[in-house]
Amino acid sequence: MTVSLPRRLVLGGVLATLPGLAWGREMLRFDGLYKKYGVRGMEFSDRVRQLAGTPVDITGYMAPPLKAESNFFVLSSEPLSICPFCESDADWPVDIVVIYLRHVAPLTSAGARVTVSGRLDTGSWSDPDTGFVSLLRLMDAAYALA
Amino acid sequence: MSLRVVLTVGMLAAASAATQAQTIYPLNRADILTGAKFDFKVEFPGAPAEADAKVTIAGRDPAAFFGKPGTFVRNEDGQDYSSYVIRDVSIPTAGAVAVEAGAAKVSWDVYATPAPRKAKNVILFIGDGLSIAHRTAARILSKGIAEGKYGGELEIDDMPAMALISTAGSDSIVTDSANSMSAYTSGHKSCVNALGVYCARNKNTLDHPKVETLGELTKRRLGMAVGVVTNTEIEDATPAGMVSHTRRRSDYNDIVEMFYKVKPDVIMGGGSVNWLAKSTPGSRRTDERDYIKMFEADGYTFAGTSTEMLAAGKAGARKLLGLFNTGNVDGALDRMFLKKGTVGRFPDQPDLTDQVRVSLDILSKSDKGFMLMVESGRIDKYSHSLDAERAIYDTIMLDNAVKVAKQFAAKDNDTLIIVVGDHAHPVSVIGVYDDERPGQTPREKLGVYADAKAPNYSKPNADGYPDSVDVSRRIALNFGTFPDNCFNAKPYLDGENVPAVAGATANTFVANEKNCTRPGSVRMTGNIPFDGNTETHSGDDVLLTAMGPGSDMFHGHMPNVRVFKVIATALGLGE
Ligand SMILES: [Zn+2]
Repeated sequence: MTVSLPRRLVLGGVLATLPGLAWGREMLRFDGLYKKYGVRGMEFSDRVRQLAGTPVDITGYMAPPLKAESNFFVLSSEPLSICPFCESDADWPVDIVVIYLRHVAPLTSAGARVTVSGRLDTGSWSDPDTGFVSLLRLMDAAYALA
Repeated sequence: MSLRVVLTVGMLAAASAATQAQTIYPLNRADILTGAKFDFKVEFPGAPAEADAKVTIAGRDPAAFFGKPGTFVRNEDGQDYSSYVIRDVSIPTAGAVAVEAGAAKVSWDVYATPAPRKAKNVILFIGDGLSIAHRTAARILSKGIAEGKYGGELEIDDMPAMALISTAGSDSIVTDSANSMSAYTSGHKSCVNALGVYCARNKNTLDHPKVETLGELTKRRLGMAVGVVTNTEIEDATPAGMVSHTRRRSDYNDIVEMFYKVKPDVIMGGGSVNWLAKSTPGSRRTDERDYIKMFEADGYTFAGTSTEMLAAGKAGARKLLGLFNTGNVDGALDRMFLKKGTVGRFPDQPDLTDQVRVSLDILSKSDKGFMLMVESGRIDKYSHSLDAERAIYDTIMLDNAVKVAKQFAAKDNDTLIIVVGDHAHPVSVIGVYDDERPGQTPREKLGVYADAKAPNYSKPNADGYPDSVDVSRRIALNFGTFPDNCFNAKPYLDGENVPAVAGATANTFVANEKNCTRPGSVRMTGNIPFDGNTETHSGDDVLLTAMGPGSDMFHGHMPNVRVFKVIATALGLGE
């Protein structure tokens, strides 16, 4: 909104501090994560099944984090109107992706649109530290402003 | 000046005395139904010896009074207080009961419900957050207005009994839907976020002293059939209030278990994700229990769509579990007109009217009568999101659902119907937004007083809905509280309004920039605390209307707990 550098250049600048983010990976989209949202459960899309275990990129919004500095944050398709880490009775949208960064980092981009790169991990899993249950994760991840 | 000093000193003394005192649950001036169960608890400061923690009820030892031994726990949950508890007690006879614990004294009013039973069935309609202005706006849109006169009456208005209900909780003058529903279903005041419990000092949210709910009482005492029907998540505060006991309304997984324990004959709403085994993608459970399968094993028909629900009704199901969305069921405006929200993912969600029809088909088979709670729950949610049109359409939907109930009740005149909000919102009909007026911004478009001409919505369809909300002269149903947001006085045709989004740091919210680009949009500086993200509830009274046997007990101003007392009296629920 203020910096008018080409997107790729901005990314490149952040890239220098976040080795691992690179172009040429498979791009995932939030509207392509699941093929079915039924009352008795959701089903991963074929593309998510195929890409499980491989490096992917996805663009979304960094949710306000649990801690200012962490290796863990939640990526959502739209800016969140709630703060589930702040409010006890606010719930996350169903289609979030949990991001595990390669290194602990200050999460200064909260609220911003970011592109994240990481290895796609699928299936229900509880975070051992927070108990946070997720279906889709990007592991060993790095991110840049989108 | 000197008066202020004196007052301050006096208040300080009172406050410190209060923190030293024992707390007795149920609280002072509790109304208790004969035979209704509750947990008796006294909390003593510090760690007194058991012999020093003296308690008497009506001058007797509590264990003798209740016929049940008590438990004394020093430093309960490792905290700086000790407690004396007797769980699951009741009092069989009416009268004032004095309880003393050290210096603390409370008095309970135990009341009976004299025979004969007046009503066979009760249908309790909750318009969540339903306030006077929602009602006025719904009447304007669905009945029309000309020369100051409406084209007809709303079903919710056209009832013989009426009362003004105050909604304050035990902790504050502004309630949430948890403790306000709890007042209706238990007859006891509680605090924000609490369901079916008094707010004591326990650390575990499920350990607080419980009070019995209507779902439990009507089943246990009279063998009545019970229905819990909503268009929100079924675990949400209002439906949960029929069966739940927790200090924290967000204990959704526990609340599902409480539904399973009470087993209402009809359960309908959204929020299926807390019913699925943890290993099912999309589940929010932390265990492997599949509650849908467990209910099916107990003889319930499961319906995941409106079609399945209607078929279950036709097939003569006697127990029905209907879960129609992973989250909230979409509101009337999205389901029937705009096709936004989650309608793409869930194209076959029921209307509240059909939910009521099927519920009545099933519950009316009970020869012992039924207790049905029906909630139009998104009037509240859409008010929180400053989405006036969606809130109004769901008020019209409530009106249509009440019509179905009235038609049912007309057959035998043995059903008490109650329609009430659980708390208010700061909403008002202040005029119209008129595109004929010069300018683009809301203040230029707003017509007040003589410029507030009747809106030009099209003639409503058979269900009372105009086919479009996007007209050139629209109702201005405005909200008294809001976060920072952008506003252009136009309906939200692309989906429910999201006024504010989470800011960069925890507990901050900023205007949703998407709204700031809408034509004529202006930035509104929020007027609520900075950690708030939506419009808030208000402490205003709400209106109750009622008809049928027992409804004549409603009149004047009544605190919300008295709604329970009327239901209990109409049914003869006491001992
Ligand atoms: Zn609310």
